[in-house]
Amino acid sequence: MQFVKTRFNYLFNSTKGLILVAIAMIGLVTATWGMLSGPMAEMGVRDWLVKTLGMDLLQAEREGRIVILYHAIAMAVVAIETYIITSLLPMKPFFKMVINLLITAGYILTMIFGLGFAYFGHNWAFHGLYITGLSLIFFAGVLLCVALWPWDKEYGMPSSSALPRGGRELLPSRTGRGAGREGDYATFKGVNLERLAFFATAVTTVISALFGAVPGAYFGNGFEVFLAENIIRYPEKSVMEYSVIGHLHIMLALIAIMLTLIIGRWLDFKGIWQKIAMPLMILGTIVLNLGVWGVVTPLEPVAHMIIYVGATPSMLAALFLLIWSWNKLIRDGTAHLAKPSLGQKLAALVRDPLKFGPTWQMLFMNFTTSGIGIFMAVRLDEIFRVWPAREERIELTGHWHALSAIIATIILFYYGDMLGLKGKIRQLYGWSIIVFSDIALAAVTVFEMKRLFISEAEQQPLVNGLMLALDFGLGMLMVLLAVVLVWRLVDLFKPKGRWTEEQGQELSQEVVK
Amino acid sequence: MKHIFLTLGLLAVLLAACAAPDLNAPVPTYDTGIDPSTWAKIPAGEFLSGQEAEETLIDYDYEMMVTNVTTSQYTDYLTAALAAGRVKIGQFNGKKALVGYYPGDEFRGVKHEEKIAAGDWILVPLEDPASRFSFDGTKFAPQPGYENHPMTNVTWFGAWAYCGAQNGRLPTELEWEKAARGSMDDRPFPWGEEIAGQVANFYASRDPFEEMSTFGSRTSPVGFYNGQKYGSFQTASNISPYGLYDMAGNVWQWTGNVYEGMHYRFLRGGSKDTYDMDLRIWVRNNATPTYFSPGVGFRCAR
Repeated sequence: MQFVKTRFNYLFNSTKGLILVAIAMIGLVTATWGMLSGPMAEMGVRDWLVKTLGMDLLQAEREGRIVILYHAIAMAVVAIETYIITSLLPMKPFFKMVINLLITAGYILTMIFGLGFAYFGHNWAFHGLYITGLSLIFFAGVLLCVALWPWDKEYGMPSSSALPRGGRELLPSRTGRGAGREGDYATFKGVNLERLAFFATAVTTVISALFGAVPGAYFGNGFEVFLAENIIRYPEKSVMEYSVIGHLHIMLALIAIMLTLIIGRWLDFKGIWQKIAMPLMILGTIVLNLGVWGVVTPLEPVAHMIIYVGATPSMLAALFLLIWSWNKLIRDGTAHLAKPSLGQKLAALVRDPLKFGPTWQMLFMNFTTSGIGIFMAVRLDEIFRVWPAREERIELTGHWHALSAIIATIILFYYGDMLGLKGKIRQLYGWSIIVFSDIALAAVTVFEMKRLFISEAEQQPLVNGLMLALDFGLGMLMVLLAVVLVWRLVDLFKPKGRWTEEQGQELSQEVVK
Repeated sequence: MKHIFLTLGLLAVLLAACAAPDLNAPVPTYDTGIDPSTWAKIPAGEFLSGQEAEETLIDYDYEMMVTNVTTSQYTDYLTAALAAGRVKIGQFNGKKALVGYYPGDEFRGVKHEEKIAAGDWILVPLEDPASRFSFDGTKFAPQPGYENHPMTNVTWFGAWAYCGAQNGRLPTELEWEKAARGSMDDRPFPWGEEIAGQVANFYASRDPFEEMSTFGSRTSPVGFYNGQKYGSFQTASNISPYGLYDMAGNVWQWTGNVYEGMHYRFLRGGSKDTYDMDLRIWVRNNATPTYFSPGVGFRCAR
């Protein structure tokens, strides 16, 4: 009994244990449900899985199943981000405990009962528990906003102008800072702008969740369901349909923005780049949200323009994080050299794949997601709307999935660091994520854009090659994740395993120095 | 050494991906025994439309072709129409095309809407290697082996013109849906609840016409899935409650609606190039009326 109790305590009462459980749940769902489509379906694996697990898949309910599956996975990702935030940023222990408790119960209920309802017959009690799970997550989000209140003097910082020249004081650990000096971070009238950025992202996430909840209740009442990508070309859309389209776009964007802030905090983003980036991030997040919320108002015709205006500062902020981070990696890695060559600088940049990986993936995202999105927006009528709707749908869903995959890989980089991976294992883990995910993402990007350079009649050999690269990349990533999870499972059976060390560790103590 | 093998392996995959497939690879020929010139009668009455199966009334009888229009039927029409001067050789996007007159649509200037003015519009391309017909300057003929396959690489204007010439029209989306589903239930496929490779031609359905390692999917003869055995390939019948074949799979089918504020035309039924989910009766696809593809065909109503 003690054996189970101590492990349970680690898995559900420590930050790293909670993150491990959520990653394992996502891995399990992704591996299982990934067999229901694409090449796995072609090879007959889907039919076997459906029979083996006793799934009940009605054709008319496919779209509804997919909506629930997206939510089941996304809520676990949101939970991981929340665990990181509550461990990385200072807040009252009560808030941390309650937020983690609510969001854990929330995502597990959402995942288990949501998938149970969607894929294994319609037990309406399951549906109720699914909704309960989502509601708990919403409430955890509200509490997170309260916990992150940036004007609380306890977590505030003196403005940099008020500091003595050189700002020598080390910040108290409760501010969640690394070894930086107070003057190194963005502040405004004593308010820590990084915390304000976290707060703004959390508040807008909670509000944006309503843009899915309200139409969800509306369409659920009449048992109607649709996927946004299937109605994209209709000139007339209802307010509720616009709300769904806005919701799905902004939630993914906010998950990405929150992750960018998390990575910045983990790496101890500071200095002039941080001072410029944080106001941009706050401004971008708020304007981006206003644009998306605007789609359900008379502002709809100009909503896209507002969204572009908001996305630009957010992306610039991420760029500044990248510039600062790469500079730091190069500087730290060549500190022992008087005059490092370009090759030595590059070697220093890529020396630690877990610290290089997150920002590299953000850069790579411009080719697979942002670049595609902007290109589509600019040339929509000339190119993409000349293709049939099903081709346009491939671009839309492809670049959303690519962004989701990038978010997952960035979390895995940070998780690798949390695990304390060192030496060759760290290199192998980090580079495997970079190489395998980028092969897969590059393949899917070419697949999305193939009509620009190849006709339908001639595409099959190219499609075969791209699918092979895509499946190889994703498959190897899943194998890597499985190896990590098996290792952690075995570790749980050891009385003095790594889990015992992780039990009391907080991420704020591991901010990169 | 390991690196060399890995690099060579990747290069081999890339080279294979770059190799152009033989679009004119031999195609198996089968007589399905289904007459493409027959029409099915669909009586007035209610049916369940859409994914949510809403009760919908079509208060008139109409008829629809039992199969998609075949390459033979369409090339006969083109030859006659060209000789009669109803169509002519023109240009589309800088390439030779057969064009015909269309009276145009009302333009409302809605966002993304493009004007379809009265004038000559492309019916079929004349220089596209994926077309399954030949043209000697005066006469059109089906590519050998494709006589009883659905006419493909035909634009909405081409489909509209053909149906008009048969004293018919393109079916509306609702007419198409009722013909596919019948009026008894809310089935997802014309034949019932489940889909398998023996009952319809879709992506990687393992029919005798596809070879996924080279040219990929190809069309099957109209009415091919009728329960007959062709060589070692046993089919199941995909006939709809009103007696129509191939209302799911093989080729997307143009429908006739011209909607207010949009120039797109809607396609139904899924095709040889789509996964089974797109073969569900309520699934809609759309494209500009000038779009043509080896996976798009049509049938008429009257």
